[in-house]
Amino acid sequence: MLVVENLQLKLNGNSIINGLDLHVGKGEIHGILGENGTGKTTLANLIMGTNSYRPTGGRIIFEGEDIAGLSVSERAKKGITLAWQEPARVEGLTVKDYLSLSAKNGGADQIERYLLMVGMEPKQYMDRDIDATLSGGERKRIEMASVLAMRPKLAILDEPDSGIDIVALPLLLNGIMEMNRQGSSVLLITHSEKVTEIAHRVSVLCAGKIINSGAPLETNQWFKNNCLTCPHINEPAH
Amino acid sequence: MIRYSVEEEYKGMISAYEKAGGDKSVLESKDIAKLVVHENKVLANDSIKGLKIDTEETENGVRVNFTVEKGTKVPRPVHLCFGLLPKEGLQEIIMKVDAQDDSEVSVVAHCIFPNAVKVIHKMDADINIGNNAKFDYKETHYHGEDGGIEVIPKAKVNVGKGGVWQSTFSLSQGLVGRLDYDVEVFCQEKAVAELVVKVYGRGSDDIKILEKIHLDGRGARGMAKSRLVLSDKARAEVRGETYGNAPYARGHVDCMELVNGTEAVARAIPIVEVTDDTAKVTHEAAIGSIDRKQLETLMARGLDENEAVDVIVKGILKS
Ligand SMILES: Nc1ncnc2c1ncn2[C@@H]1O[C@H](COP(=O)(O)OP(=O)(O)OP(=O)(O)O)[C@@H](O)[C@H]1O
Ligand SMILES: [Mg+2]
Repeated sequence: MLVVENLQLKLNGNSIINGLDLHVGKGEIHGILGENGTGKTTLANLIMGTNSYRPTGGRIIFEGEDIAGLSVSERAKKGITLAWQEPARVEGLTVKDYLSLSAKNGGADQIERYLLMVGMEPKQYMDRDIDATLSGGERKRIEMASVLAMRPKLAILDEPDSGIDIVALPLLLNGIMEMNRQGSSVLLITHSEKVTEIAHRVSVLCAGKIINSGAPLETNQWFKNNCLTCPHINEPAH
Repeated sequence: MIRYSVEEEYKGMISAYEKAGGDKSVLESKDIAKLVVHENKVLANDSIKGLKIDTEETENGVRVNFTVEKGTKVPRPVHLCFGLLPKEGLQEIIMKVDAQDDSEVSVVAHCIFPNAVKVIHKMDADINIGNNAKFDYKETHYHGEDGGIEVIPKAKVNVGKGGVWQSTFSLSQGLVGRLDYDVEVFCQEKAVAELVVKVYGRGSDDIKILEKIHLDGRGARGMAKSRLVLSDKARAEVRGETYGNAPYARGHVDCMELVNGTEAVARAIPIVEVTDDTAKVTHEAAIGSIDRKQLETLMARGLDENEAVDVIVKGILKS
């Protein structure tokens, strides 16, 4: 479904992504584990085409087609979407309207269900604006709900767990698994090996490169043993 | 010029009003106070107890005396509908409002010019809000896509002791054309004035806004707020002026203009002046572009860039 080959990105002379290879299969939840500053958000931006990021080398192939030159809208229309680590606030746009426009390709009647899936009471939130009055965690959950509503082929989730409390986290993880059962592949980006327990496969990111990849149990453990104590953050791979 | 029959005009106005998103049953109900004017003809005028709308047709428009009698609390919004259906013409509305002491009313005005190619719509209002009276005025414009229209609303408002004047002027459907909006409010003791203007300029729209508030009475409060979004080659100049002339007067000027693209031009000129040392008037003015991340958030859900811009603009002009 998604093949990333020898991806490179230089920003202001710094190599942020350094020959990254990644393969996300159809129907797969693929976890990306990485410490702060290893390039997780940058990778998400490159795949979605956001933040005006264009690779300085390598290829991004989605369903057999190189998408690296396409606009954000074009990629979304092919079925890719992104839930931001820090989602934007939009003054005057209600939760209901945001979810309905996400669900444009069917399922508009189900938007209440998507809110329930992330543990939010529709009555309480449907008419709220997604502006600064929502708490950080509420905004993140709505972001998740809008991705669920879109029923994408590939959902890139950038730290869906950050800012989410321990009561809501299991709900959110359930939501991700449910979305996956309904046919979405997921690129699950996080720095928590608890979250990647729901993945089918996990890759470890360090200094803009995948340095290990495998089954969740072993890879999560490997990450704990090697990365949590690693002093070389942002240095070339070891 | 083609003249319409009164019946045709009324039908035409109602259908234009409906197309613009209005609720037609409001204009057909006899229990709701209303005034419908096409060109210089009064097509409907229903008053209710305590509220009088007197009209006189002039050569190019209508003279309106709008009176809310002392102590009258009008239960449902009063509807005003002004419009011109032909491509060319001039409509001048001369309005005198007398909201007497302790009265309360909310007025919803629709100004409809769907076919304008060479149209001028002028409104001159002389408004008096009595002591402890409350007047809420919302005016929404519906223009066509030609932009051949000039809209020139001018109002002087005096707000008596403890009175409240709230107005919202919205023009975001169709092209603006040329807009010269000029409202000046004088607030007496403890009076409140809240002015809001929301405009979406596109094409070669030319927009001038002046909101001026004089806080002349002790404890008077004023707020002049404007929200503009400009695309294409639209240009706008917004002046928000507030004068704190009395003890404990409080005022705020808030202009926000968003520019989409490289050719639109926005200017914001806030002027605040205080002549009493216990008065306080603040201002904020921001001119910026549409937030990239907001755009991308919507684009990542499958919207095209201009659809995403529309959603963001609607949100800004709503709040
Ligand atoms: N425009 C830029 N110029 C130079 N360096 C940049 C630029 N943008 C990002 N970086 C650097 O790239 C690295 C990767 O950033 P990125 O945001 O992808 O990290 P991350 O893995 O998502 O971190 P976190 O866990 O904190 O979200 C960081 O060291 C960051 O400082
Ligand atoms: Mg990040």
